[in-house]
Amino acid sequence: MPTTAPAFSDATASDSALRRFLFGLPGVDAVGLEARAAALGTRSIKTTAKAYAIDLAISMIDLTTLEGADTPGKVRALAAKAVNPDPTDRTTPRTAAVCVYPDMAATAAAALAGSGVKVASVATAFPAGRAALDVKLADVRDAVAAGADEIDMVIDRGAFLSGRFLKVYEEITAVKAECGPARLKVIFETGELSTYDNIRRASWIGMLAGADFIKTSTGKVATNATPANTLLMLEAVRDFRAATGVQIGVKPAGGIRTTKDAVKFLVLVNETAGEDWLDPHWFRFGASSLLNDLLMQRQKLSTGRYSGPDYVTVD
Amino acid sequence: MASAFEYAPAPESRSVVDIAPSYGLFIDGEFTEAAEGKVFKTVSPSTEEVLSEVARAGTADVDRAVKAARKAFGKWSALPGSERAKYLFRIARIIQERSRELAVLETLDNGKPIKETRDADLPLVAAHFFYYAGWADKLDHAGYGANPRPLGVAGQVIPWNFPLLMLAWKIAPALATGNTVVLKPAETTPLSALFFADICRQAGLPKGVVNILTGYGDAGEALVTHPDVNKVAFTGSTAVGKAIARSVAGTDKKVTLELGGKGANIVFDDAPIDQAVEGIVTGIFFNQGQVCCAGSRLLVQESVQDEVLDALKRRLSTLRLGDPLDKNTDIGAINSAEQLARITALVETGEAEGAERWSAPCELPSSGYWFAPTLFTNVTQAHTVARDEIFGPVLSVLTFRTPDEAVAKANNTQYGLSAGIWTEKGSRILAVADKLRAGVVWANTFNKFDPTSPFGGYKESGYGREGGRHGLEAYLDV
Repeated sequence: MPTTAPAFSDATASDSALRRFLFGLPGVDAVGLEARAAALGTRSIKTTAKAYAIDLAISMIDLTTLEGADTPGKVRALAAKAVNPDPTDRTTPRTAAVCVYPDMAATAAAALAGSGVKVASVATAFPAGRAALDVKLADVRDAVAAGADEIDMVIDRGAFLSGRFLKVYEEITAVKAECGPARLKVIFETGELSTYDNIRRASWIGMLAGADFIKTSTGKVATNATPANTLLMLEAVRDFRAATGVQIGVKPAGGIRTTKDAVKFLVLVNETAGEDWLDPHWFRFGASSLLNDLLMQRQKLSTGRYSGPDYVTVD
Repeated sequence: MASAFEYAPAPESRSVVDIAPSYGLFIDGEFTEAAEGKVFKTVSPSTEEVLSEVARAGTADVDRAVKAARKAFGKWSALPGSERAKYLFRIARIIQERSRELAVLETLDNGKPIKETRDADLPLVAAHFFYYAGWADKLDHAGYGANPRPLGVAGQVIPWNFPLLMLAWKIAPALATGNTVVLKPAETTPLSALFFADICRQAGLPKGVVNILTGYGDAGEALVTHPDVNKVAFTGSTAVGKAIARSVAGTDKKVTLELGGKGANIVFDDAPIDQAVEGIVTGIFFNQGQVCCAGSRLLVQESVQDEVLDALKRRLSTLRLGDPLDKNTDIGAINSAEQLARITALVETGEAEGAERWSAPCELPSSGYWFAPTLFTNVTQAHTVARDEIFGPVLSVLTFRTPDEAVAKANNTQYGLSAGIWTEKGSRILAVADKLRAGVVWANTFNKFDPTSPFGGYKESGYGREGGRHGLEAYLDV
């Protein structure tokens, strides 16, 4: 069900109305945005706060494998890791989800059954999204039927960059309708949208169209999640909730590899959107290599010593 | 995950700085006691703990220091510029090497957060010495004619809000141009200047080129009125600035004054709102608002008033006030009990005159001098809080409807040090900046400093410029 906020129903009445609305949003000053993101990156997170952040970050991970070479065995191994990230310490929280291509969704669903870890599937002709709408919808249907709890869709960047905003909006609403009970994450591929103003506009299109999450990127291009574009999207969901009462999640994806980075993102969440978003239901990390660094830092906090890459599992 | 993300304390270590129980005056390369033997205590504003006991300079000490500077002037001014540059570069490098120590010291003595001393003050202090070191051998090319001459002995009096940075603004150009210096830091923040004296010795600076006199206003007065001082440089309150201007009137002393301000920060309806809110925060809550160029008057276009104020209040609620040595502290202590009393009195006046007060909901520590980030709405030009410099974390919010009205209100002040413009429209930035009577106008940013950029005021904000090529003029006979 599309959940277009009533307050903004006029905004999506036509292509020109949507354009007017999007261009009426406050601009983004790139220098100021990046300075703010960098300033929040200097918060010093130690001891108990660090332990809290590490566990929170682990519980927010969408453990991801999106390779052409994925096999059922690899997906099952990843699922096992999601449920039990650190075999040496069973107090380690589970990750939020395992994220796979649609053809692996059934394998993941079987492996994760009863665990509470969600199955996320990239659909809609991920990562380029260059397919007919019917094909994209079929892709989504397929993934949901195979047991996906969450759908990660890519927007049509070509349509966005050529100014056909309503097309982007309508595609998202169509996908949302196809999702059924699955939650929809809308991926903008911020690296291709190129300007911060575009990222803010894309965020609003996604939110108006009923996205449950807005997500930075696919992880398949040069520039993925950055503190600045994530800060910007956090401002967008904060403003959207203030205007409509509807809360939407944020998922930075790609390029977040270290505990230090993950903690910086959590600081952004804490000081921008606020503590309501400090929950795996509302914030996710799209990452695969991040988990092992978090686990090693977690072991360091509990033992006082650094272990090494052989003390965490490879996948 | 019911508990919020509480940041555990992350205090910077005090052990990197070794504060002696007492300090003397730095005259002619030596630390000496005051002639009258008087001393005073300097306290940490965040805890009221006594940090050290410092000699209190009297008239005789001022005379001794000026004589030492006069004696040193001959040799110092005769050095080739490239030689003076070497000393300045050496000082700059030592400041960088000792920056952590100096940042902690400044935070202890001043009360400002370590985040600011570490990330703003100290890098700028070093940058000023580097910048003016670069000028020392290029004075012929500064635009003041061939071989411009220094003035002689500079008597410099600096305030407590940026103790080491103001010292750098004063001493670096003075030395680069061949002058010698007698500097009096503020009585509440004498320590970093005394550490700087030690740095001068470490750099092998010839004796008498830099002299530091710790003391009160009487020592400052004796210094600026001393007949053998050729140049007076003062940063501080407008009232004292006026007294200095009167006292040197009719003499051949050259004077620069950097005085108070009541900067207008103008937010147009097409501004990048999120960044403007950050800029408003930087404008007035940087250094607890104890900044002469603070953007203490927010002029916001009526159509976005509610949006901006809501965002601003939400943002102020996330500011972290507390131990200045904690790396996560955004708002530190007010510098002194006197300053806190002044802020409190002005805020009470604001309430009495009918402006609406809102203060961030933060807990204030039980000892030390603290004031919560505060803003006043429903302010008009007639209110005291829109006219008088508060020099604290207090923002007065006014509104406007048209650019002309914004300019008229921004300029309707006895001051003219700084202003800010927030708009996405480039042509408006240029058009409005052109009409603002302020020494510095920031566009889509605020409180940004750079040694290459001249700084100074219009009207009662003083005269003369510091920084940049223009800053050389104040120390040259041109």
